[in-house]
Amino acid sequence: MDLFMKIVAAAAMGMMVFYAWRAYQQWQQQGPKAEKGDWQAVILPLAMVAGLVVLLIAMVR
Amino acid sequence: MANPQYSVLSGAQSAISANKVLKNTYMLLSATLGFSALMAVISMSLALPSWMYLVSVIGAMVMGMFVLPRTANSSAGIGVLFAITGLLGLGLGSILTMYMALPRGPEIIATAFAGTGLIFLGLSGYALTSKRDFSFMGGFLFAGIMVVFIAAIANIFLAMPALSLAVSGGIILLMSGFILFDTSRIINGGETNYIMATYGLYLNIFNIFISLLQILGIMSSDD
Repeated sequence: MDLFMKIVAAAAMGMMVFYAWRAYQQWQQQGPKAEKGDWQAVILPLAMVAGLVVLLIAMVR
Repeated sequence: MANPQYSVLSGAQSAISANKVLKNTYMLLSATLGFSALMAVISMSLALPSWMYLVSVIGAMVMGMFVLPRTANSSAGIGVLFAITGLLGLGLGSILTMYMALPRGPEIIATAFAGTGLIFLGLSGYALTSKRDFSFMGGFLFAGIMVVFIAAIANIFLAMPALSLAVSGGIILLMSGFILFDTSRIINGGETNYIMATYGLYLNIFNIFISLLQILGIMSSDD
């Protein structure tokens, strides 16, 4: 990737960071807070996703 | 005093409304994914250059940020959504052309495709059957997106394969979280616009597929 393309890609991603920052502030101020057991219900499926990715890597190696 | 009959009816109506949004979202999602795949095939047959990916992502990003929110409440929103997903399909095709040239390219693409499908179906099924409200994850997910994008910006200039792997892995986990978050918002009435709901789920699938392609591409090489 030449320097011009790198700068364009970085600027586009910088725009996304700004967009995510605004969304983050909004969710932090107005979003609901986690209750007991909420994070446990998320960690299990995400751990299964991580396990699946490891399995897929093993398949292509 | 609250009228219990009214609250039962109101609860039933909101459930019917959420089911309608969910049904419309999945129908539009399958149509946009099909259209995107068609555009990817066209892009591959035209052998579009790899910079087309960057152009299409930036174009889709600008339309998604500034045009789609203004048109999402009208029928024009569907056209804009197809334009965005078609553009992303064109860009995806140029990336797939590069992967097809690798020694085990078709196998990597098929594995990434199957993995993306499994992740989406599994997490959607989990969110739909558990009926939990995952909207508490909003702040965490957007903070994660910021961290991953800052790392990705750094890696544009550093070009470190290990950082690239970490960014792709982070994106897969974050987008998996977004599938739970977006699906639960549709079920619980947090998202009532099926065009915006489709756009969110489409981006989750697209990002998981691209990141899986990158991880499998790096890990399958012998160097």
